Amino acid sequence: MINALPPATILILGGLLVPLFKGRTRQALLLLLPVISFINLLQLAHGSYWIYPFLSDQIILARVDKLSLIFGYIFHLVAFLSALYALHVDDAVQNVAGTVYAGAAIGAIFAGDMFTLFVFWEMLTISATFLILARRTERALGAGFRYFMVHVAGGLCLLAGIIMHVSQTGSAAFDLIGLGTTASWFIFVGIGVNCAWPFLHPWLTDAYPEATITGTIFLSAFTTKTAIYALARAFPGTEELIFIGGAMAAFPIFYAVIENDLRRVLAYSLINQVGFMVVGIGIGTALSINGAVAHAFNDLLFKGLLFMTMGAVMYRTGKINATDLGGLYKSMPWTCGFCIVGAASISAFPLFSGFVSKSMVMEAAAHGDMRWLWFILLFASAGVFHHAGIKIPFFAFYSHDSGIRCKEAPKHMLLAMGISAVLCILIGCFPQYLYSMLPYATDYQPYSISHVLAQSQLLIFSALAFTLLLLAGIYPAEIRSVNVDADWIYRKGGRQIYRFCRWAFDGINEWANHIFARQLPQLLAHFFEEPGGNLQRYGYRLWVESSGVANNHEKVDQDIDRRSRSATYPVGVSVLLAVVILALVSTFLYLR
Amino acid sequence: MSKQPINMNEELRMFDKPENVKRLLRIFYACVVVSLAIDIFYHKHGIFTWESFFGFYSAYGFVACVILVIVAKYILRPLVMRKEDYYND
Repeated sequence: MINALPPATILILGGLLVPLFKGRTRQALLLLLPVISFINLLQLAHGSYWIYPFLSDQIILARVDKLSLIFGYIFHLVAFLSALYALHVDDAVQNVAGTVYAGAAIGAIFAGDMFTLFVFWEMLTISATFLILARRTERALGAGFRYFMVHVAGGLCLLAGIIMHVSQTGSAAFDLIGLGTTASWFIFVGIGVNCAWPFLHPWLTDAYPEATITGTIFLSAFTTKTAIYALARAFPGTEELIFIGGAMAAFPIFYAVIENDLRRVLAYSLINQVGFMVVGIGIGTALSINGAVAHAFNDLLFKGLLFMTMGAVMYRTGKINATDLGGLYKSMPWTCGFCIVGAASISAFPLFSGFVSKSMVMEAAAHGDMRWLWFILLFASAGVFHHAGIKIPFFAFYSHDSGIRCKEAPKHMLLAMGISAVLCILIGCFPQYLYSMLPYATDYQPYSISHVLAQSQLLIFSALAFTLLLLAGIYPAEIRSVNVDADWIYRKGGRQIYRFCRWAFDGINEWANHIFARQLPQLLAHFFEEPGGNLQRYGYRLWVESSGVANNHEKVDQDIDRRSRSATYPVGVSVLLAVVILALVSTFLYLR
Repeated sequence: MSKQPINMNEELRMFDKPENVKRLLRIFYACVVVSLAIDIFYHKHGIFTWESFFGFYSAYGFVACVILVIVAKYILRPLVMRKEDYYND
């Protein structure tokens, strides 16, 4: 204990030192940081450490238990694999942002209080934004800006909830909260933004495909899984999560089928997989929470692997749209093989990692007799095979020959993909090692004949459907296009609001300008050219109108005009006016 | 990046030959039939009663994917598809 540092320190501080080094030294540092941080983590036994008083409460920099540890382990592993994959990147912005981003996620996982959680939560947002901006294209700039705005809004929602919660309960400890109070709803939704819940999700499908090739590998790992951890910690067994998770598992697969950008297809399937985890947390039994956590663990590996293979394709060909790719199995056989392993894992083929975790959530739903949910999850299982399991490898590496001939992916990328692929198979074949790390003790057995047979039949007939639809020409051809999602609300809707405001406020402005800046001064100027004459003329007209007496008023008008211009008035009138005014003044003075 | 003109003398690879594709498809169809046939001989156990019906998972997987594609192509796509420059007007 004496020698260890708080879990996030090494990656965050070390990451900030990265720009001081160059070339091979920097590469070595980027690879070593996750390793040293992991060794540091191994020094910590279960318990809470680094407790400091803060305001009326305390902050806890490290709360180590089974739930935080399993996330801590896999985050370190993925941070290492991502760093290895990104070894060729000689861009200080990305090097720093990637390392700090991983560190922030680890900090959030081990935070024992909500203030610490919030600080690391925001650090995630900032470092992730740089991974998107670092692509340095106009689209990336827009996507990064939208990503930042959405997450700042989500972060503020979380902060509002935290402040209300702390002032109500007097405790900032980050433990089971459960839905009920207004404060808990704010925290719930704040976490939900990072978790990509339906309608809060488009930041993910918008930004991840626009980030740098290696940035997306980091991004796909940490933000959503940190949110899953936070939900598992604070809201296990919350029924609302079952509905939210069910929707997340189902709706993205429809988008994924018609999407052309293969990294965006993976982004949609990421939401679909996170849906399974959210459902698991919502059901709230030991089996389902175990399933959610195990699936997060596996998803980090196989989704990272799939993003890596698509990144490698993009790195070598400069293209990522299904319409531009095809036939790459000849040029990139290793990448193709790793992609198929990732595809088999996400599709939950027996002997691959997805199989041993997704089935836990399915079985928990069945044990709870949640029939409709079970059917939706089964539909999502078939669908994920369809769009991620078959579509990704098929359109990138097979399909029609695009004529592209390129080199195989660089060695460090192949190594990162290879390690991920081997781990996917190892976990699928020997799940007991994963199970022993789960938060609840389990003797779950995924490999029964019934289960293996059922899953195989489901997948084989999904593949049959794909094959027949493709051969029949019904399968939707990939089209260069944009598919409108919920981000329309702020991307187009925002502009509509802007247009409406411009129309409304500019209209008021224009009208006010016309009346007050032009017409009114003109009228006043005209009046004050001859104030006396005008007063008489308009007064006389008013008298004529109201009394109805109208004898030769043209002559009167001319008289007024003449007198006013030459400033000559008959003495009688002047004297009368003087007397009237004197009388008025004296009456006024007398009354006073 | 490194798009080169296709070399016409390039050796044809596995899936360039239609007979290999056909062979693969035949193997696949065999798997389909075998996986369904097992259902006749082995009675699956599940938590729900319908899980042990003959061909339940096969039928569900097939129908789910057909519905998925039909809905995505004929309902979702007309609703949401826009030109590539839709957001940069």
